[in-house]
Amino acid sequence: MNLKGKVYRVGDNINTDVIMPGRWCHLTDDAELAGHCMEDLDADFHKKIKPGDIIVADDNFGCGSSREVAPLSIKAVGIGGVVAKSYARIFYRNSINIGLPIFESPECVEATEAGDELEIDMFGGKIINHTKGKEFTFAPFPPFMKTIIEKGGLRGWVLEKLGR
Amino acid sequence: MGYTIAEKILAEHAGCEVRPGQIVSVPVDMAMANELSAALAIKELDKWGVDKLADPARVCLIPDHFAPAKDINAAGIAKVVRDFANKHRVKYYLEVGRAGIEHAVIPLEGIILPGQIMVGGDSHTCTAGAISCFATGVGSTDIAGAWATGEVWLKVPQSARLTYTGKLRPHVYGKDLILHTLRDLGTAGATYMAIEYQGEVFDQLPIWDRFTMANMAIEAGAKTGLFQFDDKTRELVESTPRYMLEKPHYTIASPDPDAVYALERTYDVSDLEPQVACPFSPDNVKPVSRVKDIKIDQVVIGSCTNGWLEDLLRAAELFKRRTVHPDVRVIILPGSQRIARQAFDLGLPQIFIDAGCIFSTSTCGPCIGGHMGVLGEKEVCVSTTNRNFAGRMGHLSSEVYLANPAVAAASAVLGRIGSPDEL
Repeated sequence: MNLKGKVYRVGDNINTDVIMPGRWCHLTDDAELAGHCMEDLDADFHKKIKPGDIIVADDNFGCGSSREVAPLSIKAVGIGGVVAKSYARIFYRNSINIGLPIFESPECVEATEAGDELEIDMFGGKIINHTKGKEFTFAPFPPFMKTIIEKGGLRGWVLEKLGR
Repeated sequence: MGYTIAEKILAEHAGCEVRPGQIVSVPVDMAMANELSAALAIKELDKWGVDKLADPARVCLIPDHFAPAKDINAAGIAKVVRDFANKHRVKYYLEVGRAGIEHAVIPLEGIILPGQIMVGGDSHTCTAGAISCFATGVGSTDIAGAWATGEVWLKVPQSARLTYTGKLRPHVYGKDLILHTLRDLGTAGATYMAIEYQGEVFDQLPIWDRFTMANMAIEAGAKTGLFQFDDKTRELVESTPRYMLEKPHYTIASPDPDAVYALERTYDVSDLEPQVACPFSPDNVKPVSRVKDIKIDQVVIGSCTNGWLEDLLRAAELFKRRTVHPDVRVIILPGSQRIARQAFDLGLPQIFIDAGCIFSTSTCGPCIGGHMGVLGEKEVCVSTTNRNFAGRMGHLSSEVYLANPAVAAASAVLGRIGSPDEL
C-alpha cells in the first residue's frame, strides 16, 4: 500500500500539548479536532494541509501527554502519514492503534524539506522523495504490529480476541 | 542472565519467559482512565459494537482533568463516563468528592498493588511504579481494548538502572533528583525503557518522593519508573483501605543480581542544590541559584507529581508566619481528598490560608491549562507539576518553571524564583 503527499516539516520534540492543547482535550468530534490541530505551532495548519500530506519531523515526535486526540487530530486534518527520526512511545502506540501510518527513517528526515513530494511503500519499507530524486528504507513493522496496521487499528485485534 | 523488575512482572503475567523487544499480550490487573480518556474509549467501544466489559472489577474511572466540571461541555463528558460506570457496574468509579487526582488516588486507596500491571489513559500512570507495579500510560483505544478483552499488547521494554548515592542537602527532594536526571538524560533519554530507581538516598526520603520520581519517568520518555519493594512499600500498601478490607494477595518482583540493563547511571547527589526546569522543557534544568531574580505571577503547589502530604508539609513549613508576596497568587492542589483530609488534621490549610494561598480541590485543571488557575499572556509560574511545554498551563507566551514544593513556597514569598535558604 502506497501513501503519497506533500511534506509539512517540523523539528524536534513536537509534544502533544502543541499538537492538541489541553484546552481542547474535551473534544471528540473529528471536524472540531482537525480545526485545532497544531494551532499553537501554526495557526493556519488545518488550512494548509491537503488530504494525504505527510508530516516529516525530527526526534521524539509526540512526546508528553498520552492524549489520543493528538494523533486523532492529525488523522482528522487529512495527514496521510508521519515520518520522523524517532517517536515518543505512547504516541507511536496510539498512532498504530488508531490507524495513522507512522514511520521511522532518520535518513529520509535529514534529506527532506517542506513541500517535497514523498511516496511511502508502507509494507515494502521504502520511501521515495520525488522532489529530491532520492530513495530511503525503513525497518519493516514487527509481524504483530503489521497485523494491527493491516486491520486498520486495534479494533481488529480486539474483535478477533472476542471471537467475532 | 537474570531479569529486571519489569521483565519479571511481564513474564509472570504472560506465562512465559520474556526478553526486551518481544511483544506479549498480557492480562491487566487494572485499566484506568480519567474522564477525558474514558470518553474517547467509550466512544471507541460503541464503534466496535462491544457492549460487555471483560471484568468490571478491573476498571477504574476517575474524573479529575476538567473536574469539578469546568463548563457545560465538561459536565456532559463526566456524565457519559458516570452513566457508563453505572451501566457496567464498574467497581472503581470514584466520584468528585470521594477521589482526587487519579495517580494519587489509585495507590493510596489500594486499587493497584505491587507486582501488578496497570494501564491508564494518562501518561502519568507510571506514578504507581513507586509501589513496584508495572504501570504505564496508553491512549484511549488501548483502554477500550483492555476493557473489552482484559488484555493489552506490550513490547517488553529494556530496563535502565539509575542509582543515587550520597547525603542530601536540606530542601533537596525527589523532585530535584528527577530534574537532575532529566537534565542528564533529556526528554527522550529513556524512551521505551523501564526505569529502576535505587540507591542509599531513598533511605533518607519518605516513600512519597518515589511517587514524584516515578511520575516523571515519562518525562524521559520511559514506559514506566519502578522502585524495588521494601518495608516502606509494605507499610503503605497494607494500610490502604482496599487492602485492609479485602486482604488481596500481591507479589513482589525483585531484580536479579545479573539482570541486564540497557542504560546505567550513578548520580552522587551530595552537592546537589534544589533544581528548576526552565521553559519550555522538563529537561532544561538549572540549579535554583542560577535562575534567581525571575519575577513570578503564580505558584502552583501540588498535583500528581507533588501533591502528597509530605509535599504539603514541606510547603506549609515555609509559609508559617510568612505571607505570599503581593504580586503573586498561590494555588495549593492536594493530590486527593484523603490527602486533603490529612492536611486538615495537621492544620495545614489554615497555614496556607493565613499566608494568602488558595487551598484548592484536587484537580488536574491548572497543570493542563484547563481551569482553576490558567495563565494569561506572558505570565510566569513556578509549579511543582511535571511539564512546562509552551502553552501547557495557559497562554502560549506564558512560562512555567518546575520546582519542588519548598522552592515553590519560597518563591511565592519572595515574589521571584528563589531558594528556601533565602527566607
